[in-house]
Amino acid sequence: MTFDQFLQYVFSGVTTGSIYALTALGFTLIYNATNVINFAQGEFVMLGGLTAVSLHEAGAPLALAFVGAVAIVATVGVVFQLLAIRPLHSAGILAQIIVTVGASLALRTGAMLIWGREALPLPPFTGDEPIKVSEATILPQTLWVLGLTLVIVVTLQLFYRRTLTGKAVRACSVNQGAARLMGISYSKVVLLSFGMSAAISAAGGVMITPVSFMVYSSGALIGLKGFAAAIFGGLGNPAGAVFGGLALGILETLAIGALPMSGASGYKDAVAFLILLIVLFVKPQGLFGGRSVEKA
Amino acid sequence: MAALVFLRRHLAFLAFSVVILSAPLFTGNIYYLSILAFMATRLMIALGLNLLMGQAGQISLGHAAFVGIGAYGSAIMTTRWNMDPWLAMLFSAVFAAAVAGLIGVPTLKLKGHYLAMATLGFGEIVHILLVQFKWLTNGTDGIGGIPSLAIGGIDFGDPQMFHWLVWGVVLLMLRISLNLVDSRVGRSLRALHRAEVAAMSLGVNTSFRKVQVLMVSAVFASIAGSFFVHYVQYVSPVSFTLTFSVILVTTVVIGGLGNVWGAVWGSVLMVLLPEYLKRYNQDYTLLVFGVMLIVIMIFLPGGLVSFKTLVAKTRERLGGARTASAAGPGPARGS
Amino acid sequence: MALLRVENVTKRFGGLEALKDVSFSLHDGQVKALIGPNGAGKTTLFNLISGIDRPTSGHVFFRDEDLGRLAPHMASRLGVGRTFQHSKVFDDMSVLDNVKVGRYGRSHAGVFSAFLTLPRHRREEKAISEASLRALRRVGLGDRAHESAGNLPVGDRHLLEIARSLASEPTVLLLDEPAAGLNNEETAQLAEIVRRVRDDGVTILLVEHDMGFVMDISDEVVVLDYGKKIAEGPPLMIRNDEEVIKAYLGEDL
Repeated sequence: MTFDQFLQYVFSGVTTGSIYALTALGFTLIYNATNVINFAQGEFVMLGGLTAVSLHEAGAPLALAFVGAVAIVATVGVVFQLLAIRPLHSAGILAQIIVTVGASLALRTGAMLIWGREALPLPPFTGDEPIKVSEATILPQTLWVLGLTLVIVVTLQLFYRRTLTGKAVRACSVNQGAARLMGISYSKVVLLSFGMSAAISAAGGVMITPVSFMVYSSGALIGLKGFAAAIFGGLGNPAGAVFGGLALGILETLAIGALPMSGASGYKDAVAFLILLIVLFVKPQGLFGGRSVEKA
Repeated sequence: MAALVFLRRHLAFLAFSVVILSAPLFTGNIYYLSILAFMATRLMIALGLNLLMGQAGQISLGHAAFVGIGAYGSAIMTTRWNMDPWLAMLFSAVFAAAVAGLIGVPTLKLKGHYLAMATLGFGEIVHILLVQFKWLTNGTDGIGGIPSLAIGGIDFGDPQMFHWLVWGVVLLMLRISLNLVDSRVGRSLRALHRAEVAAMSLGVNTSFRKVQVLMVSAVFASIAGSFFVHYVQYVSPVSFTLTFSVILVTTVVIGGLGNVWGAVWGSVLMVLLPEYLKRYNQDYTLLVFGVMLIVIMIFLPGGLVSFKTLVAKTRERLGGARTASAAGPGPARGS
Repeated sequence: MALLRVENVTKRFGGLEALKDVSFSLHDGQVKALIGPNGAGKTTLFNLISGIDRPTSGHVFFRDEDLGRLAPHMASRLGVGRTFQHSKVFDDMSVLDNVKVGRYGRSHAGVFSAFLTLPRHRREEKAISEASLRALRRVGLGDRAHESAGNLPVGDRHLLEIARSLASEPTVLLLDEPAAGLNNEETAQLAEIVRRVRDDGVTILLVEHDMGFVMDISDEVVVLDYGKKIAEGPPLMIRNDEEVIKAYLGEDL
């Protein structure tokens, strides 16, 4: 592999990796607030992309379609929490997993009934003239993906560290009673976490659609890889989630590039799961340690 | 007297056995028998998954892969290596158990969602391998020409004979599942589900029991896969996806966790319902399943088998305390 | 020789030191109480002694076995039973089945003999039932065996946990706040049961906030404060110990 090829793989890996990072971040927000692993997380990504496609087709400019899709999916996240997660507050892990799995199936099939089985495109945010870097090329959309991911991550950090609500959300991940001490109800923190989590994942979905299209069934795979990324970086650790996502994206493309055999791309998806299984077996607390480890 | 006690204790099981085994006497219709055969293999999987989820409180989102191991194990060993089908079934089941153990040992020490994720990832890997390992699995084309089962001179390629064979095995699995629930091991599983630390403090080796029940459920699933391919004599990777794993979970949840009979009613419903929905629009089936998972967990966490208890409780509440029986509804149990 | 020895045990959670160099021992036939203000590390210590958690440094010896080196379920097998502060009754099982779980370590049937219900297995099940009923009668719950455990009132839940643990035939029984939520009458009844269990040869270590109960029933008291042992001795001595009074400042001893 030449350096330029390597660079090309990294560019492509970073693009998908950003989406994994945002999905992993979505997992993390919900997990930290409620200890629930949301198996429907990937569906938020898919819904974001497809909703933006519809809004754009209906005549909304891209920017408006982006914001609209994120807002709509955030609402879906909040409604999902109210209708399905809240009643099971004390029902145990098994019930919570089953409900999010059910939601994932329902959202996915619902999306198929609305948008059909075809993968739908969205135009790139600004042009599709590739930019040359050394001998490798980079699409403007890739820059958008990276830039917006950075903006989201930084905004989230500022929210957590600078605002009272953000501090309450962080306090909740350590101790549910702590939020009450700060004058903010725990149930509001949970609603907010679901809304933000859905919004962030949806934003990822809108950004990636111009690169790789979106279809009703995309969510399952993205969700799984987002989870693999979250585990990789340490479940419950937001910085770890972002790093895990980017690392997973790059590893995935590099592994395929490095494998000598033809048809290796068929194994592309297996790479993420292999990493997931290896991390679970060897170091379940992830590279940077998860929340439960910090607590113990 | 002893006979009467025996009859009362096993009434449900005996009645179910009589009904299901006599079915071919009333219909020779191939379509009906094929639905029943399909239901039988579904029930085998559901019984194992019911033990894992309902008793031990653990969840596998990759059970389709264990079915796939049985299906492809039997298909490959009988068509390519000319192995005896029963031996192939046995080897496949042992392999499925070993894989389950491999996944279970590291993950079952951790919280519940780690097993869910590990099995999910494992299921996806198996699906990818089934498609990609063309030299072994024929890829998406699948493997045909799988022989039907036979013992001595009896050919189980005949739908009626197959019905008795497969339901005989199902009844055996149902019986041993009922036995397990009502034993030291069954109680320890329910205990670790409810309060793992308390179970440990009473001497239950919880990690061992969890891994063991995962292995048992993998064996049930693998055997189901083997019977399935010997019946349809063809196998392809499309049957072994995440969606199928979720459908399996739905089967168990709808019937009722925590009660072995839940697996029976869940399988009946989940095999008949799609057949019925198919007449209108097949696309809605999965939507219905997804919504049912949510609705059941929230409103009827005990599944269909607990419906009677729910009705009784509601009536009790409406009718006031006067008519309430002193003993109240007993705890959910298998036998 | 002491039955149970806690030797220089320190337990850290992250930066927090929950137990600091705690040592004491428990002699055969004793009733010993572990007291201290909230957050003193009592339940942490219980978790170490019952093998559910491991000390950061130091050892807990039961006879000659170092419990920190064994799997969590082994403490029970060796003879250390316990109850929990926050009830851990198996709610969806019957009262009797709860206690039957306590017989786990004293019985052997595995998956295959359960599958097949071998005669050996049936005999064992019968023995389990009988032993469990006996344990229930010891705490006075014999007539509630077939009720759902989830329906029991708070006081009976403590007793059920005691019966469950007794079924495992412990040499040492750890009781974590058994009198919490009980009225005076129930507390007196509990004291009676604890005494009877001791008379049957079970050594008892208990954590309790009800000082009347503690002083009434214990032979010796260990006082923890901020993870450190600040006093140990007979109840009368503890009652007059200055450091103990200081630790409990404002609380009624």
